[in-house]
Amino acid sequence: MTTRTANTPATQVLGKVGRAREATAPDHALRCSAEVAAGTSGGLAVNDLGAGFGSFLAVDAISLQILPNKITAIIGPSGSGKSTFLRCLNRMHEEVRGAWARGSVLLDGKDIYAAGTDPVQVRRRVGMVFQKPNPFPTMSVYENVAAGLRLNRFGRVPGLDEIVERALVRAALWDEVKDKLHQSGAALSGGQQQRLCIARALAVQPEVLLMDEPASALDPVATLKIEELMRELARDYTIVIVTHNMQQAARVSDYTAFLMMDEDRAGRLVEFGPTDQLFTKPKDRRTEDYITGRFG
Amino acid sequence: MIMLLWRKSVNRLMGVMTALSALLAAAALLAVLGYVALNGWRALNVDFFLRLPTPVGIPGGGVSNAIVGSLIVIGLATLFAVPIGLGAGIYLSEFGDNRFGDLVRYLADVLSGVPSIVVGIFAYALIVARRGQFSALSGGFALGVMMLPAITRTTEEMLRMVPNSLREGSLALGLPRWRTMFSVVLPMARSGVTTGIVLAIARVAGETAPLLFTAFGNPFWSVDVQQPIATLPHTVFTYAISPYADWQSKAWGTALLLTGFVCLTSLLVRRFSRQRQGA
Amino acid sequence: MAATLVMLILLLVYELFDGSRLGLAQYGFRFLTESRWDPVFDHYGSFPAIFGTVVSSMLALAIAAPLGLLAAIYLAELAPRWLDQPLSFLIELLASVPSVVYGLWGLYVLVPILRDPIQTGLRARLGFLPLFSCAPIGIGMMAAVSILAIMILPYATAVARDVLRAVPRDQREAMLALGATRWETIWRAVVPYARSGIIGGLMLALGRAVGETMAVTMLIGNRPDVSACLFSPAYTLASQIANEFTEAVSAMHVSVLIELGLVLFGITLVLNGAARLLVWRITRKGAKP
Repeated sequence: MTTRTANTPATQVLGKVGRAREATAPDHALRCSAEVAAGTSGGLAVNDLGAGFGSFLAVDAISLQILPNKITAIIGPSGSGKSTFLRCLNRMHEEVRGAWARGSVLLDGKDIYAAGTDPVQVRRRVGMVFQKPNPFPTMSVYENVAAGLRLNRFGRVPGLDEIVERALVRAALWDEVKDKLHQSGAALSGGQQQRLCIARALAVQPEVLLMDEPASALDPVATLKIEELMRELARDYTIVIVTHNMQQAARVSDYTAFLMMDEDRAGRLVEFGPTDQLFTKPKDRRTEDYITGRFG
Repeated sequence: MIMLLWRKSVNRLMGVMTALSALLAAAALLAVLGYVALNGWRALNVDFFLRLPTPVGIPGGGVSNAIVGSLIVIGLATLFAVPIGLGAGIYLSEFGDNRFGDLVRYLADVLSGVPSIVVGIFAYALIVARRGQFSALSGGFALGVMMLPAITRTTEEMLRMVPNSLREGSLALGLPRWRTMFSVVLPMARSGVTTGIVLAIARVAGETAPLLFTAFGNPFWSVDVQQPIATLPHTVFTYAISPYADWQSKAWGTALLLTGFVCLTSLLVRRFSRQRQGA
Repeated sequence: MAATLVMLILLLVYELFDGSRLGLAQYGFRFLTESRWDPVFDHYGSFPAIFGTVVSSMLALAIAAPLGLLAAIYLAELAPRWLDQPLSFLIELLASVPSVVYGLWGLYVLVPILRDPIQTGLRARLGFLPLFSCAPIGIGMMAAVSILAIMILPYATAVARDVLRAVPRDQREAMLALGATRWETIWRAVVPYARSGIIGGLMLALGRAVGETMAVTMLIGNRPDVSACLFSPAYTLASQIANEFTEAVSAMHVSVLIELGLVLFGITLVLNGAARLLVWRITRKGAKP
């Protein structure tokens, strides 16, 4: 699908990226357009996305493709708007007072920001895991996983036991909690809590899973487990992860987007491409500087 | 699809219900204040403030004895409560991180939860029964007991907010502990502590129950602290339940005076403390 | 100085017991269950007062709690910023109005409305129910419950609002990210998290209702009756003390009134203690219920 970039001055920065991308990986761009156009579930197409708080512009003119069943990493120095960008993908950004967003984000070809679209439904299809694990402390492990499912039904949910078990298995947590399903969700270790949050997000069967620095609050062992989990999950879900840890991005992701703050303090997309290529042969000088640690 | 519609309707409905509840609560207040203002305003005139109550049936007269009486009783209460409350607050903030301090705090909390009429009984048993007569003193004592926990707690909090570096600096200069407290720390916490005292006064100014059988009320002029004395809240009570229209009207007027004082004080204190803290 | 405070409390308790000596000796625990209160024959039982206190407070709480919780939810979660501050302030102002002023207002504004059309209407349509079967005179249990509900509303609301505000943002976000509506987020994630604090606030409000004297005395009819009818006059511990103390003639009468005070003190002690325990539990666990 042709990247519908609006003809704004900001696009000229991106034009370089777009051209670069098309020059080096024409087959994947074609595949992308075919898949997304055909409506394969899980692809996100971001077009000229801008977002801010009140009069403050946090990110501007971001356009890229999130490919289905791939892990896309968003990296960049702090303040570059990575989390803001991520939160626009499931319309969580607008929950803060005074926050606004413009542009379009197409999920399966349909713009989630189109007038009349209900954010509640969007969030069902685009799930999110947060930086600090946040299980519901008043609910048991079981109830935490079931929380999303209970929203859409009165009374008993048919087959809930199996759904909960499946979600916990998917999140690589089942073995550790199967005997303590009815203990409080807050009684687990940090890494377990985060996997519980992942299970909770998976239980409602989203198409895309957004992860905002999911391992930054965890110890190295737990982090590794989460990273392994991500690769597993990518088989069935589209994953977008924000991370400040470049090595993690390099280890885990298939595609990487590099965001950076401009002079007007708005975050813009500097470069986007397959991870190996971006890390070994970056197209933009700024990308190279960031990756080699000259700033960050 | 239907489920989603239902959820959204519930969402909207509860939004309305919660807003209505909040507005209802505010409306209740406005209703009360409104009536007090409306009915009370009519009773206010120069006589009201300067004259003594006239015998039943004779119009005119005022509540001057109650105004003075309230001032006296509150003054006595403050005299009683401030030294003890300050002292206890100072003790708790400086030396109070131990079991005894915890006990004191706990008991202060208990005291603040005691119903006002029980405090009245206490004052009655302690003072009135022993001396055989009602007095402004006993009323002042009762109100003072009620002010005590609030003053203690505020004082302790305000003192704790003064940074330790100030105390240490003063001690390093060779000032003894008590001097440090009075010349250095206390002045820093002064406005906060004063606010606490003013708030406590506002709270007890409207209390009637503890005065029912201590200060007891007095239809005549009296400034003798060993005699029963008239107070504003007590006047409201007595006049309100009376069958005389003139007295009822005066009840509204007195209520306006009382409520006006209490609400204004709360407002001012809040405005003032918010300025100080920078909102 | 601090010791003085301790002393005062101990003195208070002592005096309560001492004053009640006569009554305690005479009746023992029967005092609590005996219904007859007859100063003429010097025979006393506190059950009507206890009954009235419990019924009036619990009914008032039953009205104020849901209203207060909903209002608190609005203030903490849904109200636009410009509305939140003035509304909150107004509701807190409710708490500073003196009790006797509430009584005055209740007597001349609320009671007439209650008498007619509310009570007469209820009596006419639903008079077959024992709840509405007595004379609709306005003054009575219903009036007292109404004014009490208004008086404790700000306490329930203010505490609930503060506790709700303190719920960490990530709890809301977690629920929202699962695809919940605003209300669902509040009801399923925020309120449960703040559960203990809210209950603590409600117990505080209950404690206030139990000890409330002036407004109740002016509106409840002051009769030692135990009745199933809402319109009936009644007594509460506080209002009975207030009403009879200055006119009590016999030493026994005075003593039992003081004993009523002792019972009242005991009840509020237990209530406040429970409320404080709840608050202590939350702050100890770091705001986790």
